[in-house]
Amino acid sequence: MTATEPVTPMVKAEAVHKRFGRLEVLKGVSLQVDPGEVMCIIGPSGSGKSTFLRCINHLEKIDAGRLSVDGELVGYRQDGDKLYELREREVAAKRAEIGMVFQQFNLFPHMTVLQNIIEAPLKVKRESRSDAVVRARDLLELVGLADKGDSYPRQISGGQQQRVAIARALAMRPKLMLFDEPTSALDPELVGDVLDVMRKLAREGMTMVVVTHEMGFAREAGDSLVFMDGGVIVERGQPREMIRDPQHERTKAFLSKVL
Amino acid sequence: MTAKSSRGTGDLADQGTTGTGATETVSDSTGNGAPEEIRAIPVRHPGRWIAAVIIGLLLAMLVHSLFTNPNWQWGIVKQNLTTSTVIHGIWVTLELTALSMLIGVALGAILAIMRLSPNPVVSGAAWTYVWFFRGTPVLVQIIFWSFLAALYPFPSLGIPFGPEWVTFDANKLIPLFVGALLGLGLNEAAYMSEIVRAGILSVDQGQSEAAQALGMRRLLVLRRIVLPQAMRVIVPPTGNETISMLKTTSLVSIIAVVDLLKAVQNIYGSNYKYIPLLLVASIWYLIMTSVLSVAQYYIERHYARGSARALPPTPFQRLRAVWSRRRRSTGAAL
Repeated sequence: MTATEPVTPMVKAEAVHKRFGRLEVLKGVSLQVDPGEVMCIIGPSGSGKSTFLRCINHLEKIDAGRLSVDGELVGYRQDGDKLYELREREVAAKRAEIGMVFQQFNLFPHMTVLQNIIEAPLKVKRESRSDAVVRARDLLELVGLADKGDSYPRQISGGQQQRVAIARALAMRPKLMLFDEPTSALDPELVGDVLDVMRKLAREGMTMVVVTHEMGFAREAGDSLVFMDGGVIVERGQPREMIRDPQHERTKAFLSKVL
Repeated sequence: MTAKSSRGTGDLADQGTTGTGATETVSDSTGNGAPEEIRAIPVRHPGRWIAAVIIGLLLAMLVHSLFTNPNWQWGIVKQNLTTSTVIHGIWVTLELTALSMLIGVALGAILAIMRLSPNPVVSGAAWTYVWFFRGTPVLVQIIFWSFLAALYPFPSLGIPFGPEWVTFDANKLIPLFVGALLGLGLNEAAYMSEIVRAGILSVDQGQSEAAQALGMRRLLVLRRIVLPQAMRVIVPPTGNETISMLKTTSLVSIIAVVDLLKAVQNIYGSNYKYIPLLLVASIWYLIMTSVLSVAQYYIERHYARGSARALPPTPFQRLRAVWSRRRRSTGAAL
């Protein structure tokens, strides 16, 4: 693929709006994530960054604007100038191609680590058990937990749980990974291991959208940095430059608090 | 982790305020091996002794009267405990309990899932069902269904367990048994649906979100992720319902289905030995509920998988552990 050829953006948002009742959480968010790009989104709590992330895999329905993943609208199908809401089956099929990692890990506590990872490949992609298990073992190796396959989530630390959650998402071979504050619920000493796994993924060329407070990660692993506040994108730029020299007053104020 | 760190800061604070005192304790616990064991006179609990004496006395009086008062007529109890009429009645009671709980749990689960459906017609129907069946007495429902069974010949309904009954007893009892079953089962479904719904609601929202994010569909999420976790909340009250059902089945004696209670009623109807025969029924009900309680314990353990770092041992395992420890110690002594 040459540089001049137009690339379909992995995520494209155009004036995305989202309301919860009378509270408008997203007030027109427009951005673009290219394949292989690692975008970090920062911002104070309540700025809408998590909501935006959840819109990308249709865990939240957007109220206005356009949002597409890999060239296809999220949650709708366009036919001529009419929009048709997708059926549950179609929404699920699209979600299967997008990995998501949550702040609270959300591992399935009644399943072992290995079962957590193979569940969706078996039941959604209908892979054979042996294939799924082989892949799961590889992924556990990748996240440094090769010996934890038979543990239950409550028997391992938070950092380990989050790495399992990443492996579980990767088991579906997603084309896009969404991280919703993946290290915010972790003890400081456990954050590093999770970020290491994420760096590894970034190096391997995974397209990632990461909502985070880890400025170090954003600076080193991020290709772009977005600062959101009050439901809009305040500033967007190259992470190093933006962290060193923020242009906007609100960005300056925020960065001075988190750095 | 948090306990450790909070203790750490506590030590710091101690050192700040008391100075040498804190360092002494530290050297005590680390330096000269184990610190001296505490030998203090324990708090006396005279209340416990008084209570034990009073309760022991009452218990002794009860047992004494049970054995010496001839009106209990233990001989007749013993005679009737295992007569064929009673045993047959027990089977009917167990059958009614098992089948009506089966209906109750299956239909209840369906109703709960319907109630949580985004489809308003479906959830409204489930709500109405619960409203109706919870709002009328189960006895009325049993009688109603037994009359309905008399009004309509039932073969078209296709209850799979009907034919087995024929081998047991007279043909004409089928509608009554089915009527009793419907009365108990449909009523139970209303209660079970609320239990199942409570269980489903108790599972963290993040679980179904994570499952959905993996591309799983609603019913798959429910079956594989939510319900197995909900079981921990569903099982205890369901055990409760089963035990309650075992006794509620005695209501069917009113429509002449010969369950355990009706069986003993039939016997004392002819020999007028009311008390000993009611004792026979009570003894059997107690035995059956005890067995169910034990079963419930093990089912609960099964669904506690992954909820605790390690499950506590069962009473049985504890007993075995004590036993093997004792054998080992006596073996060593020998």
